[in-house]
Amino acid sequence: MREDLKCEIIFRREIAPNQIELILKNRRLAQEARPGQFVHIAIENGVNILRRPISICDSFMENTRIIFEIKGEGTRWLAERREGDVLTLMGPLGNGFSIEPGKRAFVIGGGIGTFPLYKLCKTLNKPEIFLGFRNKDMVVMENEFSMTGNLHIATDDGSYGYYGFAITLAEEKIDGCDIIYACGPRPMLKAVKALAEKYGKKAQLSMEERMGCGIGACLVCVCKTTTGNRQVCLQGPVFDADEVIFD
Amino acid sequence: MNTKVNFCGIEFDNPVLTASGTYGFGLEYDQYYNISQLGGISVKGLTLKEREGNPTPRIAETYGGMLNSVGLQNPGVETFKSFYLPKLKAEKTCKVIANIAGSTVEDYAEMARSLRDTAVDMLEVNISCPNVKNGGMAFGTDPKMVETITRAVKSQAAQPVVMKLSPNVTDITEMARAAESAGADGLSLINTLLGMKIDVRTRRPILANNMGGYSGPGVKPVAVRMVYQVARAVKIPIIGMGGIMNGEDAVEFMLAGASLVMVGTANFTDPFAALKVKNGIIDYMRRCGVEDVNELIGAVKPN
Repeated sequence: MREDLKCEIIFRREIAPNQIELILKNRRLAQEARPGQFVHIAIENGVNILRRPISICDSFMENTRIIFEIKGEGTRWLAERREGDVLTLMGPLGNGFSIEPGKRAFVIGGGIGTFPLYKLCKTLNKPEIFLGFRNKDMVVMENEFSMTGNLHIATDDGSYGYYGFAITLAEEKIDGCDIIYACGPRPMLKAVKALAEKYGKKAQLSMEERMGCGIGACLVCVCKTTTGNRQVCLQGPVFDADEVIFD
Repeated sequence: MNTKVNFCGIEFDNPVLTASGTYGFGLEYDQYYNISQLGGISVKGLTLKEREGNPTPRIAETYGGMLNSVGLQNPGVETFKSFYLPKLKAEKTCKVIANIAGSTVEDYAEMARSLRDTAVDMLEVNISCPNVKNGGMAFGTDPKMVETITRAVKSQAAQPVVMKLSPNVTDITEMARAAESAGADGLSLINTLLGMKIDVRTRRPILANNMGGYSGPGVKPVAVRMVYQVARAVKIPIIGMGGIMNGEDAVEFMLAGASLVMVGTANFTDPFAALKVKNGIIDYMRRCGVEDVNELIGAVKPN
């Protein structure tokens, strides 16, 4: 049986402006988590009735790491938790990335969409990693990502790394790529799909939608695909790029 | 202590069911607890043909609840009959209510006909969905249409027929009486209240469909009031719902006149919500010396 897990916060810090990192202690969660999956966290402030889906950044032993951006009341409450506080959450949920061994992997991420790619990069064999951020202050986990593969950083304003989009960098090196894994803002994912099509590469995209139940019951968070509207929380969040329809 | 409730001739093990649209076909939540512990489930609203529903975003959180604009996405009644229903009936003992919807009167009749020779225990007729262009709420806000659809479904149905009423009306007792006079076996209320949320930064509504159905604890006082009014206006039994978060909320609905209750939005807050509501009712009965849950139905003492 699945459970609503109790997870103690054992570490908390603001990793970048408005972005909070928490390390949660729960053996079952850490052991079951796969790259690209998420947790559905109860906001126990007596006001917010919906949980917040947050992607898993990493997990090891009995610890799971999540990083999220403060966007509204719910994530603000979550950001105000302290070490020693206990969160209630469902997870790990969803279908994450499927690793294809032996393939030369490109990993493309943008903004807060870079976090769910970390555990993936650790699992892959020396991927080429292309991460895009707004500016120098928002560049996070640079050292950690660079230990897992060949890291290329781009910023929108040129204040750090390449001046432009991460995907432009990826296109320059596309000959060395068999498969692309991506997570980030919707326009970026749409561009990744186009890039994959242009060069005949396979790609997996982690899609984001506003969610309800988190387990496939309410049909709120659907992604338009070639086989109809599919549940992001259950059948996703990762879909093959050739299935996803961007309007 | 007795928790069994006889509703339209069907014996429910306990008065707690789950509300259509919040609980899929039950199997998702069955991974968290054995759903046979509930009185029953009302499955995702079904239509004759598969439906893709509305564009996303389909959900927006609001103070005291949420808005949804799913728009009846469902795999169609045939897939329900060939896959979900047999699985539910083979593995689970809770009652299965088929929630049915349509765009025309004939659609509703055909839905009832197609479910005649199935193991479905009861039909809940959705004439109150605020998220579809044709039918839905438009049917549930006109007493003549309520009567017409009730008659059409009753003429084809083999199971008891419960009409699900919309709160988006001036006088809900008028709709309730229309359903009763046309032969409805029971009523369920309330469906969601039509609502809207606007992002003040972008000046755009959050929902792709602009408007959606409001549910959650914020609607509870409205729902309790409507159950109370309807219970006084008709003789047929009522399934009450609208913002039930715990056992005491459920007891409130029963005191107002509901024989059964449904838990909806609370399932999103806590996957165990429906089970906790059931246990909460039992706790209340113990605390207050209530031997039979049926004693609670309509037992409010108005001032």
